Amino acid sequence: MDLILFYFRKLLTILKNEVLVLPYRIAVLLFFFILLFLPLWMEDPYLLRILTLTSIFAILAASWDLLSGFTGQMNFGHALFFGVGAYGAALLNKYAGIPPWGTIPLGALTAVLAGLIIGIPCLRLRGTYLALTTLAFPIILLGLVFALPGLTGGELGISGITRLAKSRITSYYIAVVVMLGLCTTMWKITDSKTGIIFHAIREDELAVRASGINTTRYKLLAFSLSGFFAGISGGLYAHFMRVAGPSTLEVSLSFQVVIWAVFGGIATIYGPVGGVFLLFPLMEVLRFWQDYRILMFACIVLFTLLYMPDGLFRWLREKTEKECPRCKIRNVAFRDACRICTAPLD
Amino acid sequence: MSLLIDILISGLISGSMLALLAIGFSLIFGVARIVNIAHTAFYMVAAYCIYFVTARLTIHPLWAMGIAVILVTGLGMISYQIFINPIREHHGAVLIATIALAMAFQEVMSLMFTGTFLSVPSLVKGYLIVLGVKVFYQQLITFCVALFAIGALWFFLMRTKLGLAIRSTSQDREVANLMGINESRVALITMGVSVGLAAFTGAMVVPLTVLEPHMWTHPLIMMMAVVVLGGLGSLKGSFLGAYILGFAEALVVFLAPMGAFLKGSVALSIMILVLLIRPEGLFGIAFEEER
Repeated sequence: MDLILFYFRKLLTILKNEVLVLPYRIAVLLFFFILLFLPLWMEDPYLLRILTLTSIFAILAASWDLLSGFTGQMNFGHALFFGVGAYGAALLNKYAGIPPWGTIPLGALTAVLAGLIIGIPCLRLRGTYLALTTLAFPIILLGLVFALPGLTGGELGISGITRLAKSRITSYYIAVVVMLGLCTTMWKITDSKTGIIFHAIREDELAVRASGINTTRYKLLAFSLSGFFAGISGGLYAHFMRVAGPSTLEVSLSFQVVIWAVFGGIATIYGPVGGVFLLFPLMEVLRFWQDYRILMFACIVLFTLLYMPDGLFRWLREKTEKECPRCKIRNVAFRDACRICTAPLD
Repeated sequence: MSLLIDILISGLISGSMLALLAIGFSLIFGVARIVNIAHTAFYMVAAYCIYFVTARLTIHPLWAMGIAVILVTGLGMISYQIFINPIREHHGAVLIATIALAMAFQEVMSLMFTGTFLSVPSLVKGYLIVLGVKVFYQQLITFCVALFAIGALWFFLMRTKLGLAIRSTSQDREVANLMGINESRVALITMGVSVGLAAFTGAMVVPLTVLEPHMWTHPLIMMMAVVVLGGLGSLKGSFLGAYILGFAEALVVFLAPMGAFLKGSVALSIMILVLLIRPEGLFGIAFEEER
């Protein structure tokens, strides 16, 4: 009993001293709470459906960030992983009869395989070459999908897949919990030693290699990790929509991922997630002006970028926090002295 | 035999179209390091512009071409100044700004002209029969004009002072700045030239294709493949790469079963194969920031 109380008190202390002192940590906490408890008082099926899809795409955008934001391997063909995950899960479900909890990880493993297959030739390419080459892979696969309508269903895709869960609320919880879990995992990965190496590869690959680190291995690792997470989101999407169609491989999806991630702010993980949670529901709101929907979306993105080229959430964080010059701990912007070392903040 | 001529014509035309697009794309990449996704969107806007001027205002197509090129070049330079120049240092932001621009153009066009397929009458009617195959005059004109445009561009880049400034800026931006070249003005002019080329391509190709708001995506992908295949920033490479991919597409369409679906796949696979052997493309140039 004492032990439980001790841990409870420790939790409260952490909450008071570490979480509640910074606005963005409060925001993350609120985000978790709202997503997890929303269905308790909102059971609108339309809203739940939008939020489920948003969560699925949030995984996709965060996985793009893991590869392209952190490691700097600009990937313009992220739809490949999503599509392979979706088609893999759909095929396994339809022809082998495996239930969703088996097909989604297996589909993600196929996406990892795809990541390795494209990663190995792409390792030799850099920057823009890499970006433009990766754009090609989903299109090649899309051509194959259309050319083999017997297996893939061609234009219509594979339909009649098992539902993700019986009820809408269960599907919502599966998507949201998986999203929160995976995004936290990705954030932990980028915070670990491996993540620092990813950062370093983006900044200066030659220097990393000179420090005795096998950059090839880490780049491949980034490709397969990103492929795995994107594949999971693809599998979730296929089982949620109950169809895996060519739209999962289209160029527009690859571009959409880049827009979400860059709009939120790259190399942060929370940026792309926030970007999806703003922009995807925004697209739904804009349905009120159906004809002008995409035009308004494009204008919003353009004008936001003019003022916040680093991404919306990085900009917000810069405005609400400042770093202590002495101990490098972050503080709320309105504080005069650092909360840890009491050094004056400018 | 007639199949061979069909392949030849189709390959030459799509090759020269891709060459013009790719050269423009690689020019602005070289000078300002902008990956301009909206490049083919300008091509689409020019095509619609011609449709508007010829079909709605009933002005002669030749004038329409001139009007379209000038208007679209202006549009390109204005959108560069407003949306891209202020954020040029942020590569990711520039990238999605150009994607958003392309989407915006696509939507404006589909609002103005609806999403239906439209077509523009050809400049010169009639055809020539070569070994039993119809060769439309329009196709010949398109091909010749494209070659002429590439020649003119080569002259502009290699023999004029402005061309020298553009080439030196793309080699080394900082040193070019130190030598008294106004780098931002060169970037603006290059944007104009590049968009102008895209508009010109659109103007030339429009009688041979159908107009629809999504017509920019396929050329965009092929153009990027050409640029990567030929080597970024290399005119010779873009020229050669364009014909290689143009012919590859034509061969697949005419010879392979299900060719129409696979044409993009095969062309892109060729690009990837070449990159496996030569990672910097056929005639790649190493840029100063990349090491």
